[in-house]
Amino acid sequence: MQSIKSIYWQGMRAGAPFILILVPFSTLFGVIATEAGLNVTEALVMSALVVAGAAQFTAVQLMTEQVPVLIVLAAALTVNLRMAMYSAALTPYLGQLSLPKRALAAYFTVDQTYACSVAAYEAHPEWDLSRKLGYFLGVATPIMPCWLGFTVVGALLGGSIPDSMALDFAIPITFIAIVTPMLRTGAHRAAALAGIAASLCLTWLPYSLGVIFAGFIGMAVGAEIERRMVLRGTWT
Amino acid sequence: MIDKTTLWTVIAGIGIGSFALRFAFLGLVGDRPLPGWLLRHLRYTAVAVLPALIAPLVLWPPATGGEPDPPRLLAALVALGVGLLTRSVLGAILAGGITLYAGLTLFG
Repeated sequence: MQSIKSIYWQGMRAGAPFILILVPFSTLFGVIATEAGLNVTEALVMSALVVAGAAQFTAVQLMTEQVPVLIVLAAALTVNLRMAMYSAALTPYLGQLSLPKRALAAYFTVDQTYACSVAAYEAHPEWDLSRKLGYFLGVATPIMPCWLGFTVVGALLGGSIPDSMALDFAIPITFIAIVTPMLRTGAHRAAALAGIAASLCLTWLPYSLGVIFAGFIGMAVGAEIERRMVLRGTWT
Repeated sequence: MIDKTTLWTVIAGIGIGSFALRFAFLGLVGDRPLPGWLLRHLRYTAVAVLPALIAPLVLWPPATGGEPDPPRLLAALVALGVGLLTRSVLGAILAGGITLYAGLTLFG
């Protein structure tokens, strides 16, 4: 049986490459947050409490459009619904931990810790609970300081960036870049297309409510196509 | 300008809400099985919501007063194409960014 220490290191090695993506992403958040009027502390606290870039960008974008608080919350939390899926996927492996440890794992549940850990747990069914948690925290170790640190770097840079840099378009490009590699199946592509079509048709709704409805429509389309593909035996 | 009360309400609300979403199953459900239909819907959250969020920003950017803007449209298309072909997040961001600045320089 591998030692917990060596498994923790394996986790760190699995998490390290994500630094390449997180550095520009968190820097960009810091920059956009200061452009929207947040100071360094506010940007940092937001990154530390929310720990989810897409939801943070969504919230800042909607707040600059002066959308009511409840709608901002609903939109950002809809973006973050996938965290519930990660939580569900991790439950069979980490559900037996003590309550404080489960709370700790929940705080560190992000795209990268989820993806690496579930893959590793499937490959190593012999790992006991503390080894599983060790790996999970290993993946989180390079990611979290990087996320927080570069939010601060971006927030410090923020004010010095001129309008001609067209930073307004950094969010669309970043989201396109994040989503396209996820479009692995027909169901994923259909969900994305349905989300886009519904969102464009619903722009007349006030307060960007169309985005929330469009998101749920896209999710329903993806889930339904998956269900039909499973019935036909074409789901892999 | 964002009102400070609004800002802190939003930060606290999303912070608590996001933790609740992460803790929902791991913390409260423990190791009981979950209904398949729920997981099936949650699987498509990111691919449905994120494109829905940016589609209007790509076609009608607020920075140009809602007028469709060739450099921004082109940058979005290039990021999409590179993302689909290479599956590289960083590659798609770089290609989109370079296209945007090239476009703004040429058309601007």
